[in-house]
Amino acid sequence: MTEALLEIQGLTKHFGGVTACDDITLDIADGELHAVIGPNGAGKTTLIGQLAGEIAPEMGGIRFAGVNITNLPAWRRSRLGLARSFQITSLFPEFSVLDNVALAVQAHAGHSFRFWRDARSVPELREPACAALARVGMTGKADSIVSRLSHGEHRQIEIAMALATRPRLLLLDEPMAGLGPEESARMLTLLRELKRQYTIMLIEHDMEAVFALADRISVLVYGRVIATGAPEAIRANAQVRQAYLGEGDAAVLDHG
Amino acid sequence: MNAHLIARNVFVAALVAFLLALPLYTGLSGNNFLLTLFTRIVILAMAATSLNLIMGFGGMVSFGHAAYLGIGGYVVGILAYEGVYSGFLQWPLAIVISALFALVIGVLSLRTRGVYFIMITLAFAQMIYYVGVSLNRYGADDGLTIQHRSQFAGLLDLSNRIVFYYLCLALLLGTIYLVWRLINSRFGMVIQGARSNDRRMRSIGFPTFRYRLACFVIAGAMCGLAGVLLANFNSFISPAMMHWTRSGDLIVMAVLGGMGSVFGPAIGAVALLVLEETLPLAIGRLGYPLVGDVALRAAEYWQIVLGPLLLAVVLFARGGIYGLLPRGRRD
Amino acid sequence: MLLFIEQCLNGLQVGLLLFLLAAGLTLVFGIMDLVNLAHGSLYMLGAYFAASFAALTDSFVLGALLGLGAMFLVGAGLEVTTLRRLYGRDHLDHVLGTFGLILFFNELVRMVWGPGSLSLPLPSWLNRSIEILPGVPYSAYRFSIIVVALVVALLLYLLVMRTRIGMLIRAGASNREMVGALGVNIQLLYTLVFGLGAVLAGLAGIMQAPILTAHIGMGENILILAFVVIIIGGIGSIRGALVASIFVGLADTVGRAYLPDLLRLFLSPAAASTAGPALSSMLIYVLMAIVLVLRPEGLFPAARR
Repeated sequence: MTEALLEIQGLTKHFGGVTACDDITLDIADGELHAVIGPNGAGKTTLIGQLAGEIAPEMGGIRFAGVNITNLPAWRRSRLGLARSFQITSLFPEFSVLDNVALAVQAHAGHSFRFWRDARSVPELREPACAALARVGMTGKADSIVSRLSHGEHRQIEIAMALATRPRLLLLDEPMAGLGPEESARMLTLLRELKRQYTIMLIEHDMEAVFALADRISVLVYGRVIATGAPEAIRANAQVRQAYLGEGDAAVLDHG
Repeated sequence: MNAHLIARNVFVAALVAFLLALPLYTGLSGNNFLLTLFTRIVILAMAATSLNLIMGFGGMVSFGHAAYLGIGGYVVGILAYEGVYSGFLQWPLAIVISALFALVIGVLSLRTRGVYFIMITLAFAQMIYYVGVSLNRYGADDGLTIQHRSQFAGLLDLSNRIVFYYLCLALLLGTIYLVWRLINSRFGMVIQGARSNDRRMRSIGFPTFRYRLACFVIAGAMCGLAGVLLANFNSFISPAMMHWTRSGDLIVMAVLGGMGSVFGPAIGAVALLVLEETLPLAIGRLGYPLVGDVALRAAEYWQIVLGPLLLAVVLFARGGIYGLLPRGRRD
Repeated sequence: MLLFIEQCLNGLQVGLLLFLLAAGLTLVFGIMDLVNLAHGSLYMLGAYFAASFAALTDSFVLGALLGLGAMFLVGAGLEVTTLRRLYGRDHLDHVLGTFGLILFFNELVRMVWGPGSLSLPLPSWLNRSIEILPGVPYSAYRFSIIVVALVVALLLYLLVMRTRIGMLIRAGASNREMVGALGVNIQLLYTLVFGLGAVLAGLAGIMQAPILTAHIGMGENILILAFVVIIIGGIGSIRGALVASIFVGLADTVGRAYLPDLLRLFLSPAAASTAGPALSSMLIYVLMAIVLVLRPEGLFPAARR
């Protein structure tokens, strides 16, 4: 069996009395789109934090492309090809869209101890940034100031920045969050396209998207993985249905 | 970058032209006081510009930046006291030593953020201040007079006040140009990005600490050079150069002038020091015919408007003077 | 040995005085998230008011009480007119704005009271030596500072831990919006807290005045120490402020007293006499730097939302 691109082994994290992540073990195979779903408070945010390098796990380990990244700082993980988008938009608001994405390109274009040349005139930085913007369909807004754009456009820029870092794995944290129906459809199309080229770990609440895109789904409840498998198997899984009964209707699972 | 005839650019150009032409006026009119005043303004503007590199663009608010004025000044003063007057030796050494201090302070301080960073830089500045106070050999509290300004083997006569002024002005303009280049370079992008959203910078792959440290060191070195000029200007060094209230003055200049622009601190320095000289006179002269002696009393306490002015800028005109000037259309 | 005890007591007294200043600072910082550089100015105003009232009424105690009353009004007034506009802003804005207030107050004091310093003479019943332990004479005044500060610390503890207002204060510290949503008049709460902080600062100034006289700029030097204390102790934590201020007070006093002698063991007398005072002054800052590097949240960080 080929080694998985991302292996998460026994990841555990407590906050005071709360167990946010309880012995989480799952893996992401190269080329797949693996969705992680679960009711609110299930520990998804803490999981992402540990994968990205912002939260230190108490126990367990993470291997990415065969490298043990458990104790690596966030920036090193990015350099290895682990790109992440944020659930709550985290951009550089006073800069232009192109500047934002170009920064992501710059981070992976050697060191930045270059003090003289105007960074905005460097083609090695601008061109890949333009390409990433084109990929998400934001070319027309390249020179707009980020703070003036809509939420939906912010979500697209988040993806563009992740793409600009030449990733091997995309860690997408609720890319559909807060999007209206039209924007969601656009994002869905984009994700479908990206799926063909990148390995993706998708955290999402939007069940329609999840069931449309995922090759495999893992379900997180109270910090534990209660099921992992193909979408149909997850949909039929009794435990999973029960977990979602607490959150309104298990019909949400039938929606996709 | 197109050169629009917009108010900002015109203002800055006029200011630079004024500074360039000043010695002509003072030479003709014999008003040496004005030249002396503006030499001091130019030197402090340089210090404030170096502070703004880390503060306005880097988001690192240092309440201990004046320490480098002191360090640069003390290197010159101590060497002069020991008989070394060569500028070729004094000046590079002052810059290097300032950079080294900035390196050590930066390594320790840059792990903190926000008000903690402000406090720890303040603490280091106080430490350096107390070291200065304790240097009995070099004047301690009272300070030390410098017998001769730095000598450059006859190439530049720093004791000529016009030559000295133009040297300071050249260094100020050079510093502003250097900061401008720095800000727009790849390095500058990292610094500004780290100010804007450090967490995001690290998540896209930048080890931001080392860049911010480098920026801190560069700013310290620049300020050290300003300290060299200040020591030469006063022909005197004392711990007061590095008291934390001095750092406060530099911060005020940068904020008043506009933190978002490379010219801001210089504008602020000019505005502040001109205010310092003219406001008391203005209050006195204008007010006397109206309210008599009260005006003279009020003129004595003119500084009382400075505080509320600063507060007003913070509350209502965050971009400082530069920010108030109309600019061309964007986007 | 006697000297050592006296030094320790002095250190305790210095520390407790610092606590009065730091407590107000950390309360305001912890609850309103306001960095108030002008806290030192409140300390100065307290001293000046008390000195004036004492001269007017010919009574130290009455002067002090009136001074405290005035400080509450000044603090509340300042909060209502100016400082509340700074809430929610960047800390840099606080630093700059309140730095402006320092400049303003220094000039105001100069204008109203003149540039010279004002003395606050002690009443005879304080201006003597008492035997706090058999064979241990100590200044009655310094001892009274210790007592007053400890009483204040106790009252603060009771206030914050045992009263309804204290509960609101603690709640406000960890979740501002929630307390507002509960219908509590958060504006009034903030004004009262700031007024309390001003009173504490003024009290510290009043108690310091007999020793150092009331003078312009007296606030700035001690302000830095107060910030050092709250950073070591942890922002928002009164307990941390108490521990840290006693620690800082002892370290500073004992350090100044014995460091030069200690240095003489290692260095030449000339070097020791130069380095001694410098290192003593620096010691506090070195401690703060160490704490910040090792434990940036302070020793007793207040739990945040």
